[in-house]
Amino acid sequence: MYVIGERINGMFTDAKEAIRQKDAKVIQDLAKRQMEAGASALDVNVGPAVPDAKDAMLWLVETIRAVTDAPLAIDTAKWDVMSAVIPKVPGEKILNSTKADPETAQQYVALAAQNGAGLIGLTLDADGVPGNAEKRVELGAQLITIALEGGLEMDKLFIDPVILPVNVAPKNPGHCMEAISQLRAFADPPPHLVLGLSNVSQLCNNRGLINRTYLAMAMAHGLDAAILDPMDTELMNTGITAGLLQEKMIYCDSYLEAARYGKKG
Amino acid sequence: MSSIPDVSEKWSGQVSTVVIGATADEGGTRGRTVTIGGAGALPFLAFDGAIGNPPVIAVEVWDSGGQTWPEQLRDTYGDALAGPGEWAKKGVEFGADLICLRLMGAHPDSGDRSGDQCAEAVKEILGAVDVPLIIWGCGVDEKDNEILPAVSAAAKGENCLMGTAREKNYRTIVAVCLADKHKLITESPLDINIAKQVNILCADAGFPLEDTVIFPTTGALGYGIEYVYSIQERGRLAGLRGDKLLGQPVICDVGFEAWRAKEAKAPAFDTVTDENRRQWGPMWESATAMVLLQSGAELLIMRDPVAIENTKKIIERFTPSATA
Repeated sequence: MYVIGERINGMFTDAKEAIRQKDAKVIQDLAKRQMEAGASALDVNVGPAVPDAKDAMLWLVETIRAVTDAPLAIDTAKWDVMSAVIPKVPGEKILNSTKADPETAQQYVALAAQNGAGLIGLTLDADGVPGNAEKRVELGAQLITIALEGGLEMDKLFIDPVILPVNVAPKNPGHCMEAISQLRAFADPPPHLVLGLSNVSQLCNNRGLINRTYLAMAMAHGLDAAILDPMDTELMNTGITAGLLQEKMIYCDSYLEAARYGKKG
Repeated sequence: MSSIPDVSEKWSGQVSTVVIGATADEGGTRGRTVTIGGAGALPFLAFDGAIGNPPVIAVEVWDSGGQTWPEQLRDTYGDALAGPGEWAKKGVEFGADLICLRLMGAHPDSGDRSGDQCAEAVKEILGAVDVPLIIWGCGVDEKDNEILPAVSAAAKGENCLMGTAREKNYRTIVAVCLADKHKLITESPLDINIAKQVNILCADAGFPLEDTVIFPTTGALGYGIEYVYSIQERGRLAGLRGDKLLGQPVICDVGFEAWRAKEAKAPAFDTVTDENRRQWGPMWESATAMVLLQSGAELLIMRDPVAIENTKKIIERFTPSATA
């Protein structure tokens, strides 16, 4: 499971305050703790209500790079911020994210390919989030085609079928799993399949339980990456255990520890 | 003309590299060191990736008890079996890259020798030969914990490979290997899950995984070798796929197991006739070694000089870099 740590995001109070006051220690602490908890990459989002998003993003990147070489997922919906920041990120990076409309996707694919970066592509277009699995597969296939034409390898492409909260969109979790299964079979080698996991439980009770149950279910359908909180130990344990049951690792009595071996420090 | 498809495998993991022995410059007294591991591909498949260092052979020496060895081996080793120093010299003469001292005499049922007596055997071998040393306890938990500190101290600075750490008994040997800077063998009873578990236990106890060698337990040709093969193969595949807890070199106890087989030593039976009787032991040991090499073995402990010679020839023939 490729875990993209979600905690450096202006939507969270601690990160929001740290971004506003340029408190590097809080951000670096969040970066280190997520990596120690087993993150493979770190999402970086300045959040809403920041006067200069570009400036804030560059400060975050520089601040995080001082403590880790982890791939950074530059999370912004604004093209001007993305196109200005990506060339200035040292080391590995991922663009988070593009929509599937051809013109937009081509632009993002080109930026990713030019900078050796990964790209998260959402299966939504000008019409919004699809209300079924078929349209998700269609848009995902479109993203795959555009990526291949633009010189982006499949191991650099992450397709996100867009999960909505289960309380308002009860059929949506099923649609996403169906789309994941089909998109995984669409290309060989397949692209990564990713979800912004915690969205499934927005404003629900039992958020942790819903997140980890859905993680295991989506992994069974071929999900191999997720944007989530790696410091949620039960959630990470669920991901590791689901991987074990898919024969991604060899069992031993201390398999939870074994899966984390070498992540620290 | 149709092109041949590229079927080579790409592996993300690599077997760690372990150096055994220390020369004078490194604080020991060995004439040279031995390096094992380093493969980034399945054994001998150089077209997939790095095949690492060629496998090496350790000759088995006991601190005492040579009189219990099969008659044919007693004839081969002759008077050398009387003491570990002379025995080790014979091993080097037979082509040993290392000597593996098995402290059989410490076993409560076969001598119950003390830690000091075992330490004397270690010193005798260190004085008699200059190849690196593997030191193997008697296999009884309590007794090993009693003798290994003394044995380890006697070889301090020599960067030996010491064994074995087991799931239920690893703390003492981990502590002495850390203190005296020896490498460590982690043992499991033909069980891939336990092989991994012992490694994480030793790593948690502070022992560096990259200084560890896996002993998955060995079986001889005709006595479970298919099972041994598949366990070793699974472990190696996991290691090459990036499982850091199974990415260590593997040691196999070839001579000990092969010479337990009746084909190797029993009186003539079936196709084992008086005329060909003496070919069967070396052949059994050679064949066992050859199979294990192909499932991923970096270090073979052996006994018979003809089997050692055969195995060296095979290693040379299978190692592509030698001819490329």
